[in-house]
Amino acid sequence: MRQLFIKRLLQTIPLLLFVSIVCFAMIKLAPGDPVLSFVTPNMHAEDIERIRHNLGLDRPAYVQYFLWIKEAVTGNLGYSLVNHQPVLDQILDRLPATAGLMGSAIGLAVLLAIPLGLVAGANRGRWIDKLVNLVAYVGISVPLFWLAILLIYYFSIHLHWLPSMGMRTIGVRSAVDVLKHGIMPCIVLAFSFLAIYVRYIRSSTIGQLREDYVQIQYAYGSTKRIVLFRHVMKHVLLPIITLLGMSMGELVAGAIVTETVFSWPGIGSLGMTAVRGMDYPVIMGITLFSSILLILGNLAADLLYGIADPRIKSKR
Amino acid sequence: MNRSKWRSVAGELRSSAFGIAGIFILVLFTIAAALAFLSPHDPNALNALERLKPPSADHWFGTDDYGRDYFTRALYGGRVSLMVGFASMILATGIGVVVGVVSGYFGGWIDNLLMRLVEVIMSIPSFLILLLLSVFLKPNVGNIILIISLLMWMNIARIVRAETMSLKEREYVLYARASGQGAFGIIRRHILPNLMPVVIVGATNNIASAIMMESSLSFLGFGVQAPNATWGSMLNNAQGLIAQAPYLALFPGLFILLTVLSFNVLGDILRVGFEPKLQKR
Repeated sequence: MRQLFIKRLLQTIPLLLFVSIVCFAMIKLAPGDPVLSFVTPNMHAEDIERIRHNLGLDRPAYVQYFLWIKEAVTGNLGYSLVNHQPVLDQILDRLPATAGLMGSAIGLAVLLAIPLGLVAGANRGRWIDKLVNLVAYVGISVPLFWLAILLIYYFSIHLHWLPSMGMRTIGVRSAVDVLKHGIMPCIVLAFSFLAIYVRYIRSSTIGQLREDYVQIQYAYGSTKRIVLFRHVMKHVLLPIITLLGMSMGELVAGAIVTETVFSWPGIGSLGMTAVRGMDYPVIMGITLFSSILLILGNLAADLLYGIADPRIKSKR
Repeated sequence: MNRSKWRSVAGELRSSAFGIAGIFILVLFTIAAALAFLSPHDPNALNALERLKPPSADHWFGTDDYGRDYFTRALYGGRVSLMVGFASMILATGIGVVVGVVSGYFGGWIDNLLMRLVEVIMSIPSFLILLLLSVFLKPNVGNIILIISLLMWMNIARIVRAETMSLKEREYVLYARASGQGAFGIIRRHILPNLMPVVIVGATNNIASAIMMESSLSFLGFGVQAPNATWGSMLNNAQGLIAQAPYLALFPGLFILLTVLSFNVLGDILRVGFEPKLQKR
């Protein structure tokens, strides 16, 4: 186990390095001169050159990369070109909103997906299975922004129950208020996760029900419900761990569209604003941040899976 | 690929109501998009007198805030969405098959290099790259197809690589190699034909994700630019008008859903049809 852990960790380092190079290259190749955002109409050419020099933008690209990465490992991801705030601070500032939203969406999705997937798998081909299947298909096929618009229309405009945007009512600081703002974005995201989880759980339930231990349990006189929710469930939870790890990578990118529709003040909408404003340091910071999450998420999934199912070890 | 596999796919399709519905929807949408020019309305013609009219006999889906016929715009929008999806799928599948076959057949450092490349690209959340690239490049249909395909080929490459590695150990390939056939000939004659099932399944799923990516991009305003309609950009416009004209939000989203759903369902049916072993699972 220790060996596997170290091996996977070592594989991760070059990956992170490459990702950082790709991020950097992408920003370097981008059109538009970042210096221009500091320029005011009454500046001279020398002033502009001085700013360029101060920002280090007149050095060769590889030097700029090393300077950038050196700062990045110590937590300095540069400053926004728009509001001149440190990039990392902005990301960390927005992290709770995104993590809270995604965490509750994933939690809700898992809670619903486990019973639905188990029951659908156990009743393969029956109406309940077909229904769950249809829901899962719609879940992976529905454009989330459309679902969001429909919810906003029904619950905000038609029924006036829920606020359609933001995270807080101005001047109100209560948990209930945040909850009310968060319900719709949470449902939208949960639906998309639910669809993926249900399909996995359903198919692994079908696989598990053919295993010997199920027959043995039946032979001992267990009822279908006990077999399903006590024994099969234990085995079915394994793939969920992997899925959760992979969902980490979706934390930022998966939230961009939903956060934008609901103006949820998370990292996704920060990224959208940065992209619209060509705020390269922020874009770069968010890309790097979410790539690291994705890589670590996959790593965690692999390792947890190895711990939970010792058989994996021998295969590697 | 032999005939029995196609027969198995056809059988799988016939027995699935979802599958038949999916094919019907896709054929219908394709014909509608192809015949969009038959509509009496111009998709981009402004008409101040006809602003935000609800659905009627003349304007089946109503009109938008510029007085443009929404049904006609949905037809033309479908044309763009389907075309982007199809073209991206072709390009991504092409890249994926080439990379996968080269990687799987030749192995060694080429394989190592290509698979590390795949890993790196897959380590950056693709929607972020999609957004970035579409900001950097001019957002026209060609560039969007290019960007989407550059983000989609990795899955096919991985599947094709695994399949190629198992195919090249088959006896007929070993025999062909022993009898002096070159690598190119073996790939063309023995590997590629047998890759068809996994490639077709992967390609079908890729169309679905390409259409979804294009719609999300257009919805965020980074896709095909105004005045040209796509389903995604129509929804972008509809969001702002949701209080006055909720019907504007209904159809484009429904069309995206139905198209993507159909491709996803067909992808699964093809998968089961090509691999009858899976059916039992």
